[in-house]
Amino acid sequence: METQVTQPGPAAKNLLINNGSSRRAIKDKAAQIGVTVGGTMVFVALLLIFFYLLYVVKPIFDSAEVAPVVSAEFHDSQPALMVGSDEQNEIMYRVSQLGKVDFYDTHTSQLLRSEQINTPAGTHVVSSSAAMPSEQRFALGLNNGQVIIAGVEFGVTYPNDKRLITPRIRFANGNEALTVDPLGRALDRLVFDYSSDKMSFVYQTDDKIWHLSRQEGEENMMTEEVEWVAYNSIIPDSPVNVQQQLMTPDQRQLILSSDNKLFIYDIRDAEAVQLSQVLSLARANAKVTNVTLLAGASSLLVSYDTGLVQQYFQVNGEQGRQYQEIRSFEVEGDIASVASEFYRKSFVTITETGKLSLLYTTSERELFSENFQLNNPGTLGFSPRSNALVVEADGKLNLFSVSNTHPEVSWSAMWEKVWYEGYPEPKYVWQSTSGSDDFEAKLSLMPLAFGTMKAALYAMLFATPLAIAGAVYTAYFMSPKVRAIVKPTIEIMEALPTVILGFLAGLWLAPLIEDNLPGILTLLVLLPISILSTAFAWHKLPATWKLRLPETYQELMLLPVIIFIGWFSFAISPTLELALFDGDTRMFITNELGITFDQRNALVVGIAMGFAVIPTIFSIAEDAVFSVPRHLSNGSLALGATTWQTLTRVVLLTASPGIFSAVMMGLGRAVGETMIVLMATGNTAIMEWSVFEGMRTLAANIAVEMPESAIGSSHYRVLFLAAFVLFIFTFFFNTIAEVVRQRLRERYSSL
Amino acid sequence: MGKWFKSGSPWIWMTSGAVSVCLIAVLGLLLLIAWRGLSYFWPADIYQWEMKSQQGERYTLIGEVYDKEEVPTERLIAAGHKFESEVGENITRYLVKTGNREFVGLDFRWILATDIISRSKPNDIAVIERSKNGDFYGYPVAIIEDGKRSTSQNIEADFESHIDRAVELNDQALDLQKGVIGSINYELENLRLKSRRYELDNALTDTRKAEIDAARAKLNAEYQVVEKEFFALKTAAGRDAVVIRDMRGEEVTLKLDSILDVTYANRLGVMGKIGHWFIGVGKFVSDDPREANTEGGVFPAIFGTVFMVMLMAVIVTPFGVIAAIYLHEYAKKGPVTKMIRIAVINLAGVPSIVYGVFGLGFFVYMFGGTLDQLFYPEALPAPTFGSPGVIWSALTLAILTLPVVIVSTEEGLSRIPSSVRQGSLALGATKAETLWRIIIPMASPAIMTGLILAVARAAGEVAPLMLVGVVKLAPTLPIDMNFPFVHLERKFMHLGFHIYDVGFQSPNVEAARPLVYATSFLLVSVIVALNLTAIGVRNHLREKYRSLEH
Repeated sequence: METQVTQPGPAAKNLLINNGSSRRAIKDKAAQIGVTVGGTMVFVALLLIFFYLLYVVKPIFDSAEVAPVVSAEFHDSQPALMVGSDEQNEIMYRVSQLGKVDFYDTHTSQLLRSEQINTPAGTHVVSSSAAMPSEQRFALGLNNGQVIIAGVEFGVTYPNDKRLITPRIRFANGNEALTVDPLGRALDRLVFDYSSDKMSFVYQTDDKIWHLSRQEGEENMMTEEVEWVAYNSIIPDSPVNVQQQLMTPDQRQLILSSDNKLFIYDIRDAEAVQLSQVLSLARANAKVTNVTLLAGASSLLVSYDTGLVQQYFQVNGEQGRQYQEIRSFEVEGDIASVASEFYRKSFVTITETGKLSLLYTTSERELFSENFQLNNPGTLGFSPRSNALVVEADGKLNLFSVSNTHPEVSWSAMWEKVWYEGYPEPKYVWQSTSGSDDFEAKLSLMPLAFGTMKAALYAMLFATPLAIAGAVYTAYFMSPKVRAIVKPTIEIMEALPTVILGFLAGLWLAPLIEDNLPGILTLLVLLPISILSTAFAWHKLPATWKLRLPETYQELMLLPVIIFIGWFSFAISPTLELALFDGDTRMFITNELGITFDQRNALVVGIAMGFAVIPTIFSIAEDAVFSVPRHLSNGSLALGATTWQTLTRVVLLTASPGIFSAVMMGLGRAVGETMIVLMATGNTAIMEWSVFEGMRTLAANIAVEMPESAIGSSHYRVLFLAAFVLFIFTFFFNTIAEVVRQRLRERYSSL
Repeated sequence: MGKWFKSGSPWIWMTSGAVSVCLIAVLGLLLLIAWRGLSYFWPADIYQWEMKSQQGERYTLIGEVYDKEEVPTERLIAAGHKFESEVGENITRYLVKTGNREFVGLDFRWILATDIISRSKPNDIAVIERSKNGDFYGYPVAIIEDGKRSTSQNIEADFESHIDRAVELNDQALDLQKGVIGSINYELENLRLKSRRYELDNALTDTRKAEIDAARAKLNAEYQVVEKEFFALKTAAGRDAVVIRDMRGEEVTLKLDSILDVTYANRLGVMGKIGHWFIGVGKFVSDDPREANTEGGVFPAIFGTVFMVMLMAVIVTPFGVIAAIYLHEYAKKGPVTKMIRIAVINLAGVPSIVYGVFGLGFFVYMFGGTLDQLFYPEALPAPTFGSPGVIWSALTLAILTLPVVIVSTEEGLSRIPSSVRQGSLALGATKAETLWRIIIPMASPAIMTGLILAVARAAGEVAPLMLVGVVKLAPTLPIDMNFPFVHLERKFMHLGFHIYDVGFQSPNVEAARPLVYATSFLLVSVIVALNLTAIGVRNHLREKYRSLEH
């Protein structure tokens, strides 16, 4: 036979050509090329899934880019109070401590406009203060006890369809100086904040006493005019030697920095100012250089001359909310200045030698670090969109472009505990969106991975014993006739849409279980007992009776028994509930045992998803047991082993890799199942093993949040990462299972 | 006993028990769905209860029994119920659907058996199916025709004929709205896009502008005429009303244009009920959903599912078959082929939601977004293909089911004995000819099997579709009478998603639940039927080649 079908030799080829059939040969070649290209394309397409997911995920791990764009020389001998730029990064500004505001065009690096804020006749500026960066506002304290509040503003107009940005200065009080000190003393070391109905000023007078002046506006009902009421008080217990003074934008806290100590005052009530905490910042061989508020003003960033930056925020403790050291960052060099972004928790540091470092607090990432050789660095300022940075150094304003798209995502933020502002301790939190603007997305994948594992575990606990035991019986003991019906019946369940299983689990099974908890327990106990007692009764049955019922129909004989036990357990459930749990099991569990009980819990998911997984495991395990060569078991039986001994010591042992592979496949399916978990749990991202509580899995989370996440956002990419994790996870388990199965097949064929 | 345990026999019984539990679960599940789904269409008996409340007031309830349960008396007493006489350990409680939603607030309520004074089944109670506010139960009293109350003797026949008239008019109006008015709106939108397109190309000359304006004016004029006709029909349909005495004893006037049907359920015999059951099933599969999907039929969902699955089958079959032929006939046997094969099998096990994520990112945003920029710039920023749609769903599911088709086709190819191939080659046929004339025809049942399995899998998938194109209510079908007739970019409805949406997102879960069971039954029966066919085809195939091999 073999020799007859060798490829056509040269003669045959000639025959083809001589026949005028070169078209046939071309067609053949074309088909080969077509199929090869088509086939390869399909596999490339499947590979594409992997690479596309990776391509979307990758940017979240990229570091930031900071590059110099332009520098403009400034001509002002006064030190800067604040620097910054407009939203489009077309204009940079610099505000000097004496109130001179200069605007520079970033295209030409020329001075665009310069303005000196006028003080009333006979007065001069004693001190100045800048508010939070996002407010772009500053105040000048005068020697007569008055204050001028001004802000930098950019107007956008479109003459001739071209964008034109006009910088201007906006005064809070209609260019009028506001009297703060009633006695007209000079306002030294001013710090302030301002909102539409409340202003607070803290300053030092010549006698080294710190004062608070609070003005509260109340709208007059009749005239609709705002009337301002002033409260003045003295800050008690103030330190002598203050280096820096800060006020939170909500005007609730005053922070004075003095000799490696922070004095934190509660200034909520202007007439009852009190020292709430003295925080020691002392570090060995390190001196505090700067204290800054992070965006959102809940955290303090303290920088040292050794390059250390410490983050502090308030944590609820025994003595109320107290500042506490949270985490620290290391930058090489003596930190000259620190600036935080407008809205996100990124901040930038510059050292005396001109090294710029971009860091993010919660993800603990150093996003960028490079020495740009900037001498005498001064003030830093972010642009409102955080895509540019203005650095004052060496008599120049330097504009850097910043590309920092996903600073909040890092390995540690996703997989380790993170201490977020406002939380009492480090925690795994998944909370991707919220109603408020200054919300920080908390993207820990841990609770989701945990939920996935929990759901899969309970499902496997339920499914594995049933499926494997069932497979063993079907493959080894069942008569071929019954097997031909039973196997496809169970396998058909694999095709059942999971949305139906989920719907039944959520709307039918969950209330059923909640109402009949004692019944479920009874069922668990009674089921094995009833099977064993039926078996024993059968064993004791007289032989004449046995003959009437062939033993091969054992599986059918148990059906009525199990159905009866099932019915009985549920029927007895209310009575048991009344007798044992005061008539309400749910209340009993919550109140007496102190366990939280959700109606849609892990038990429901375990059962429903178990049903989805059973056919997968059953089908593969059954194949494995069934294809164990018969002569192996026959040999064992011939040597005098019982059927059970043969099964456990010969058949199962030989088939064990196949069963392992079945379990792996089942696990893969349970991990990725979406609809059942989505419908049968409460989808809360909690980390509890309790069988009576729900969970949120990776897959369900994707289904819930994906349609609402903005393309290209960190959230979107993290969801892709979740999908990628699922992909890799199931691919890994399935590959193991498949390789094991193929090996087994080869081994059987050699037996 | 010890010896018995040692023999291992009890453990064998335990494994047998496991099979039984699995079997009971599968069959029980199917029976549960079938029973609940099919009984939804059975016209229930309507009862009238004379009730006495806890405060001693007497009132009447009309409705159908929805559910029944036993409650321990103690729990009721703890909840503040008082019982005058001794009442056993448990009390029966009925869930009654009272309908008349706009008048009674709650259209479902629990009543205790002890509060019931009497129960009757009057023949005259009418069940009125309405397009708004659910069913209405009551006694028809009179017909108001064109504002005049007529109390003829034969009110029931009158009522029915008036309903028929209103339904007929409503249907005409609906046809007009969906047909002519829909296409006028579609054309108007096309004109807007056309003019926008010219604008973008800087080619909006005055002549073109005039042309477009003329066309628009013509369409608007047409619209005016049709709109008038439409409102005339609507007014005519709303001409009549019916006066009905409800369970509070009050006479309520219902306008006939919101009434779809009336039945006297208590008068129906078994045959009548069977007839009604079939009509109910027919309506269910052919009607549009009403009232946020909780009433009416599921026709758009069936249509969407079938259309999407067919589209998917068209895409997946050639690719799957070519890939399988390449793997089995052309690729060199070696570790690479083996790896590819393992990878393909594994892809079948990758969670479907991952495919959904891929489809959303790659097909919808990347591919669809690019298409929009290239071919539909006039519609931007509103996306045409750059948002989820039926074509993207079909493509995503095609990738999802590709492994199924490949594996099944390859299995079929490997079952064809090599002697057949060799025979063909020996007779001088080229490899392509052998493939086309011999191998593929022989493997076609295997390809069919793969395709059926793929279709069954695709019909049941919901999770990926939630990302790439399914919606709870699609205003238009993906196929209509407007050029180009097939609108692949449209969103669609799907039976599986319908189940999820109605069961979990609808405002009145209690009312919607039977409908969800019915939908589930429909989906399950389609999928089980498809799978059984596939199994049958496969078994048939195996038998056929077994005989070939010997």
